Amino acid sequence: MLATTYRRPRRMRIENVAEPEIEHPNDAIIRVTRTCICGSDIHIYNGLVPDTRVGQIVGHEFVGVVEEVGPSVQNLKVGDRVLVPFNIFCGSCFYCQKELYGNCQNANSQSSAVGGFYGYTHTAGGYDGGQAEYVRVPFADVGPMVIPDDIHIEDAVMLTDAFPTGYQAAEMGDIEEGDTVVVFGAGPVGLFAAKSAWFFGAGRVIVVDCEDYRLEFARKFAHCETVNFKEVDDMAVHLKKMTDWLGADVCIDAVGCDATGSLLHSLTGKLMMLQGGSAIALHWAINSARKGGRVSIVGVYGPTFNAIPIGNAMNKGLTLRMNQASVKRHLPRLIEHIRAGHVSPREIITHRIPLEDVADAYDIFVNKRDNCIKPVLIPPSAQGAA
Amino acid sequence: MAGTDQGSTNMDTARPHPDIPGWGSDLPRENRPAVPMERTPPRLDVPWDDPPPRQPMTVEILRSIERPDHSRTFGTRLPPKGVSGMIRRAAFRYSENDLRHWLMLMGADRVDIVEGMAGDLRRSPAKAALLVGGIGLAAWWLMRRD
Repeated sequence: MLATTYRRPRRMRIENVAEPEIEHPNDAIIRVTRTCICGSDIHIYNGLVPDTRVGQIVGHEFVGVVEEVGPSVQNLKVGDRVLVPFNIFCGSCFYCQKELYGNCQNANSQSSAVGGFYGYTHTAGGYDGGQAEYVRVPFADVGPMVIPDDIHIEDAVMLTDAFPTGYQAAEMGDIEEGDTVVVFGAGPVGLFAAKSAWFFGAGRVIVVDCEDYRLEFARKFAHCETVNFKEVDDMAVHLKKMTDWLGADVCIDAVGCDATGSLLHSLTGKLMMLQGGSAIALHWAINSARKGGRVSIVGVYGPTFNAIPIGNAMNKGLTLRMNQASVKRHLPRLIEHIRAGHVSPREIITHRIPLEDVADAYDIFVNKRDNCIKPVLIPPSAQGAA
Repeated sequence: MAGTDQGSTNMDTARPHPDIPGWGSDLPRENRPAVPMERTPPRLDVPWDDPPPRQPMTVEILRSIERPDHSRTFGTRLPPKGVSGMIRRAAFRYSENDLRHWLMLMGADRVDIVEGMAGDLRRSPAKAALLVGGIGLAAWWLMRRD
């Protein structure tokens, strides 16, 4: 089958590999019909995630059709259209019992801190990813969700990660009516976080990025104000001025370890890898929040350490909340939002590219060419199908 | 989805921002999926008690020493191998709390890249011949300059 494999930093390759097999009684094999490149795939692409082995099949956002099920699978049958949350989770462990599906204890031998995720290196369990024709899906009775007939396949693929992660980012901000919410990053997750902030009753939403085309898109998609950080001298001062010198009630880091905006962070975090990536977005989030405010982090960082102003966070009495999204927990409510017409997640898809051209897709997405917001990859078997 | 009843599906709230679709629909805390944030029991049909059935271990899987045993599922396509695999095994003698664990893994990743390139050349004699020819030409040109 065709699959996207990691070869070295800044080099993904499409190649023919062996098809996955049932390895556990509760596995399913899914034929992929749509799969996305996520902003967090860029961290792998840039070689920032430890234990990324050559040949790793990447990709954790995918939907498809059930091709085969293991002998104990009861909730899925061959032919079902399913969306697969990017978390692999058992549903029964200490954490899953608390609906913390991104923190499952039974899905990753290789790290106690990180859960199991599709196509996200051996630090996240060494599972094959979804930028391929077929994927093995463990714990098939609890992870995948059958796509309702009235949900478009491209809305469904946004529900596997980007939309739930953005929604959880807003939810973790514990937004109260009238709050000012600042979202750092106008990528797909940042856009969904900004959109979701309104659902929680925000009074004002401000999105920060350095790409004008993304900020223009954010203004239309998320009805927000925008700031291009390249056009301001100091991010914290600028946001204080915008908020009566108080700072924002809630700041959301939707960027993570590939952030630009600070030479020091880029040199030490990305080039020299002396910290777990560039944490400038988180630095700004902490320094731009008001005293007693909340900082919500969904941007991904490496597992070592990062230079952030934790002393300021303490002195300001900030609440810091963060996690990988518990996707399955959010799905019913997010589907209600789609059905109510509050959001059409597929609006952020700007590029539909054959899986065979994945190297070009990474180039377009990573280098923000052609006003790219979100690229979707279409495997050969699904090309031409709706 | 079975077992995932959200209770209220109310989307009607006061609308101080009528121009923004969905404004305030999740302002009532009972509409938020994570309230209470740690919900027990979960809204899922789970066909097993903890722990779930174990996946047969057909290849070498490294394990964090911060865990008591292996997880119940894991990926099997890329077991540790070669020099990079030896470094990875050594890295897993240290905990995730120990910086040496991560530095050794990042070192192993770089060695793996070189091993991967060597593997590519072995599988593609034409590329290997071009590379050897290129190196030979470069060496000849450099020696001619003296």
